[in-house]
Amino acid sequence: MSAVEHQGVALGELEQAELPVARAIRRRRPSPRRVGLRALGIVLVTALLVFMIGPLVWLMVRAFSGLWQFPDLLPHTWTVQWWRSVFADKNLSHSIKLSFEFAPVVTVVSAVICLPAAYAFARLKFPGRFALLVSLFATNAFPKIGLYVSMAGVFYSLHLMGTFMGVVVVQLIGTIVFMTWIPTAAFSAIPRSLEEAARDVGAGPLRVFFRVTFPLAAPGIFVAMILSFLAAFDEAQGTFLVGIPNYITMPTEMYTLVLNYPEQAAAVFSILLAVPSVVLMSFARKHVMGGKLAEGFQIR
Amino acid sequence: MNEARPAGLLIDHVSKDLGGRTIVADMQLEVRPHELTCLLGPSGCGKTTTLRMIGGFLQPDAGQILIDGVDVSRLAPERRPTAMVFQNYALWPHMTVFKNVAFGLKLRKLPKAEIRERVESVLELVGLTHHTHSYPARISGGEQQRVALARALVLEPKVLLLDEPLSNLDAKLRVRVREDIREIQQRIGITTVFVTHDQDEALSISDRIAVMSGGKVEQYADPRTLYREPATHFVASFVGAMNFYRATVHDGSIELEDGTRIPCEGVSRNGDAAFEVGVRPEDVEVTANGDGAEATVLREIPRGHYKELVLSVGGAEARAFVAPELTSSERPRVRFTRAVLYRDGALRRAEQPVAVG
Repeated sequence: MSAVEHQGVALGELEQAELPVARAIRRRRPSPRRVGLRALGIVLVTALLVFMIGPLVWLMVRAFSGLWQFPDLLPHTWTVQWWRSVFADKNLSHSIKLSFEFAPVVTVVSAVICLPAAYAFARLKFPGRFALLVSLFATNAFPKIGLYVSMAGVFYSLHLMGTFMGVVVVQLIGTIVFMTWIPTAAFSAIPRSLEEAARDVGAGPLRVFFRVTFPLAAPGIFVAMILSFLAAFDEAQGTFLVGIPNYITMPTEMYTLVLNYPEQAAAVFSILLAVPSVVLMSFARKHVMGGKLAEGFQIR
Repeated sequence: MNEARPAGLLIDHVSKDLGGRTIVADMQLEVRPHELTCLLGPSGCGKTTTLRMIGGFLQPDAGQILIDGVDVSRLAPERRPTAMVFQNYALWPHMTVFKNVAFGLKLRKLPKAEIRERVESVLELVGLTHHTHSYPARISGGEQQRVALARALVLEPKVLLLDEPLSNLDAKLRVRVREDIREIQQRIGITTVFVTHDQDEALSISDRIAVMSGGKVEQYADPRTLYREPATHFVASFVGAMNFYRATVHDGSIELEDGTRIPCEGVSRNGDAAFEVGVRPEDVEVTANGDGAEATVLREIPRGHYKELVLSVGGAEARAFVAPELTSSERPRVRFTRAVLYRDGALRRAEQPVAVG
């Protein structure tokens, strides 16, 4: 690890050393080819932004629009009435509440089931370890709806259809890969000697886990929990199949919303659905990517 | 064991197999109190495995490990009176230097004031008081190494274990830190086992060195004896440089297989059978003209304060360390001032005759 880092540093220095020369050459003769490439780059980045940001901007405008007629680029009047009506609508506000109940429950259950598995994958050698780890991907390898239909058969016989438990189980499926693979990587990245050193100074196995292993794996576990939360929060197909008519969450509500409500209400709802993603992702970027914990991983 | 509760560390007929291979075979080693013993050997010789068994990270398959007469072989690492300095230091990156050192004391539920006092005094011992509240990632490799040492020492263990603690440092720093370690070890008089593959390191800091090969201790002796009278062919070639010749021994000379006679002090005729004759490069005397065997200079390697000559003597090669100002003639004379004799890989005779077993 440290050898690789040293090499990285050396390469970085090399590049820096060469940079002034390269810059001088470029300044002397801006070749037409280079100009063309740069222009192409700008066009591509712009196109990407339009495709990514465009729909969001449109959604925003839509959610606040009053009267809006065809050739106009912007709405005639602006209003917050759609927001008010969404929150006033009993079905819609109930689905928001439900979504925020399911996602945390699923995340916690997933963590309880998957984190010990992740630790085992990272630290123990057992037969079938690799096959098991890869097979977790199987849940994502096939079209989900086929899986859900066959699950429905099992759920009927277990009386899980239309129950809270049933929805939790079906949403769990989408979180398993995140909750095992990412923490497995996080646990394996912790040098065993860090745990041994803690044993050496007098900590028992449990204390070693909670004082050394867990804090060091926390950033990875945190990312896994965010991704699991979002996977559960956005899960629509399985929730729809298992949950209706008792449990209609935000994404399943979207099916009805698109057909039975004004477009503006759907826009408001889409934005609400995107809020957790944006908030959690920016939180993760700020607190996990940079920060003392990430820095600490440099010593191996 | 006749003596009751012998002090220090005793490795008593310990064996260990890992992955179907015998790593440590019936090892016997005794480290006296306050002594620094080096386990020296090439990689795979079982030195680290031995250290990990003393620390409790591996269980011996057979035999016992006794510390101050108490069998600790079945105890978990956290219950042993040992403290280990790991090769990669193994500092906890999410704790400051202070917390790293204090962790073991906190587990022992000592009062806060005492913890503070002991951590501060051990950080002073290793000269790191200015980094008390730094995170490990923020300090240099040499400083991390000293934190690891402080973390081990603060618990006042009966035995200090060091697993190649200097291998991650650059050459200059390595020499300085090993002197620091030796100085601290002697000041507090802690029984220490130090694992290294660097013979130079072992020779310069140890009270005694156990040279290991293939899971066995080849020789356990103080640095001077180890260098002057290596007990086996392996030790002779592993510790320091050594010229080896297959030769018959006469009074005051040795005869190589091609008949070349090289004068050699301190040897006398001992039957007709051939020996492996070992000669240290500093015991090879090169003169412009003397009573030595005729040689040819193949190469000259400047070494700073001395010069290494690669010579050809009667079909064999001889390496000699000579004064750098010596101007070598084309065909110098070579004689040996000291030699050690081996047969079947074992020492047969040094300068004083050794009883042949």
